[in-house]
Amino acid sequence: MTAVDPVPFDKALAIGLLSDMLRIRRLEEAAAEWYGAGKIRGYLHLYIGQEAVAAGAVRCLSREDDIVATYREHGHALVRGVPMKAIMAEMFGKAAGCSRGRGGSMHLFDAAIRFFGGNAIVGGGLPLAVGLGLSARMLEESRISACFFGEGAVAEGAFHESMNLAALWRLPVLFCCENNLYAMGTALERSESQTDLCAKAESYKVTALRADGMDVASVHEVTRDALARVRSGAGPCFVEYRTYRFRAHSMFDPDLYRDRDEVEAWKKRGPIHTFSARLKAEGLLSEAEFLALDAKAMAEVSEAVAFAEAAPFEAVEDLARDVVAGEGP
Amino acid sequence: MKTSYRDALRAALREALAADARVFLMGEDVGKYGGSYAVSKGLLAEFGPERVRDTPLSELGFVGAGIGAALGGLHPIVEIMTVNFSLLAMDQIVNGAAALRHMSGGQFHVPLVIRMATGAGRQLGAQHSHSFEGWYAHVPGLRVLAPATLADARGMLAPALACPDPVLLFEHVRLYNLEGELAENPEAWRCDIRSAAVRRPGDAVSLIAYGGGVPLSLEAAETLAAEGIDAEVVDLRVLRPLDGETLLASVRRTRRAVVVDEGWKSGSLSAEIVARLMEGAFYDLDAPVARVCSEEVPMPYARPLEDAALPQAHKIAAAARKLVAGT
Repeated sequence: MTAVDPVPFDKALAIGLLSDMLRIRRLEEAAAEWYGAGKIRGYLHLYIGQEAVAAGAVRCLSREDDIVATYREHGHALVRGVPMKAIMAEMFGKAAGCSRGRGGSMHLFDAAIRFFGGNAIVGGGLPLAVGLGLSARMLEESRISACFFGEGAVAEGAFHESMNLAALWRLPVLFCCENNLYAMGTALERSESQTDLCAKAESYKVTALRADGMDVASVHEVTRDALARVRSGAGPCFVEYRTYRFRAHSMFDPDLYRDRDEVEAWKKRGPIHTFSARLKAEGLLSEAEFLALDAKAMAEVSEAVAFAEAAPFEAVEDLARDVVAGEGP
Repeated sequence: MKTSYRDALRAALREALAADARVFLMGEDVGKYGGSYAVSKGLLAEFGPERVRDTPLSELGFVGAGIGAALGGLHPIVEIMTVNFSLLAMDQIVNGAAALRHMSGGQFHVPLVIRMATGAGRQLGAQHSHSFEGWYAHVPGLRVLAPATLADARGMLAPALACPDPVLLFEHVRLYNLEGELAENPEAWRCDIRSAAVRRPGDAVSLIAYGGGVPLSLEAAETLAAEGIDAEVVDLRVLRPLDGETLLASVRRTRRAVVVDEGWKSGSLSAEIVARLMEGAFYDLDAPVARVCSEEVPMPYARPLEDAALPQAHKIAAAARKLVAGT
């Protein structure tokens, strides 16, 4: 992939994709900074490096579609439309957060836009996506369910059971596997006898496609094709996005299992600077426009942080709220 | 009308499927085979394979799919063949269904019913005979039911489906063949899913039981009555949330209690009930609370060994007798 490949869509979409990647990047950088300042606690899994996947794939979905994500889901939530203020407030643990401070970084939810959450059990979201697909079919609704997960999840039984159920019942489910090569600190080839992830999906008769997860254009194109298959009623589709996280697994990870040269080599393929270079080469983006987009993203982040800082915590008197519904039958 | 526990469960399923298009049943062998305990026999022909859905042997997968389907607007009834197999799905039940409402700040809820067989007494050995309902009763976000009568077998499903949160329904394997009279009037089985019930009033000792322990306790109470000991039998019915008021009211009256639980003693539901009694009725007690539970062994196969491992009516009667004699 070189900087002179033509961008396969119009300027508005191209700028939208770039803008989303910038918003994710700036959000994640701020999250790291405020983690360092002690305002964000618990686990924090940064998405830096993988922005093209969320930006390119989520944009292909319609507003009616369902999304199930993982604990590295800030980007997916943001692109889906969870307000950045609500995401940041959630990370700060505040009542104005998108899960009222009960979820934190790993459990962002937004019912209004069918964002069924960050799931922190690896593979745990896949059966949910199968069930959401089943509900769409049985209720004769045209929505599909999209499930994001890392390549580490393919080692879980939940992956295999879900592939089988979705294919057996021909459900409208899009399985989005973000292969960033490491399940926490364990490289794919150190944990899987079969490292061809598409072959695993195909063994269940699930159509499998592959995208360059560092290239938002590739992500968008391949996801769009996969979605067309799913929407046609042909059953589930699996997409492997080859990507890489530039930061450690979490804030506790000393990142001792990867070679520095490997990380640097992937950074050269960073999704934001490569895509913006292509847009500039195509005449679709000027440096001034790029800087304006970035400044806008940073301003949005600043506002989100100010909002999160100022927001109150949920009253501890409301601790037991929302465990079960009010008095049952 | 004469009916059985199994037929009452089936009638409730049929009624639910007929009443609401969002309700469907799924699980291993619920359709073509007719249900491993024949509870769903005939429903496939009546409602078709979409709504009486056979699943592969994928407890984690199809329980998770049930949660997803509930999130997506359906009211699934998921059958797990036996409680031992539910452990394969425990992640989805505990980390998923139970937590979603709270974890999402109240935005999502999971109107899902999971039915499963529990308990021993059929010589099925150590992987088909246990009573893990107490583990589920440990978990905030779940509602756990144990129908022990024909009326509850017939009546608990409707309010369970109406409940906006995940409900687990435990059917004791010894009860499936229980037979008796049940009036055809729905009032005969209409019930709530929050209160315990006094099945036999008495004033000398409270026998607190649930599920398969209820008929045993009633049998023990008959034996005791012949000896002049008037035992009260309290059926928990709902294992979570526990109806502490009914338990405490009974024990404050009888001043003695035997807790009957087919689970093991250590870290169990019976331990929780005893703790509740200590917290709420300590000064009302005339004797230490007694427990009749399963012996702490994986359930053995051989009949004499299995019998020895399980709570029995004579063990319950003996425990009650000792409490009464000692005071």
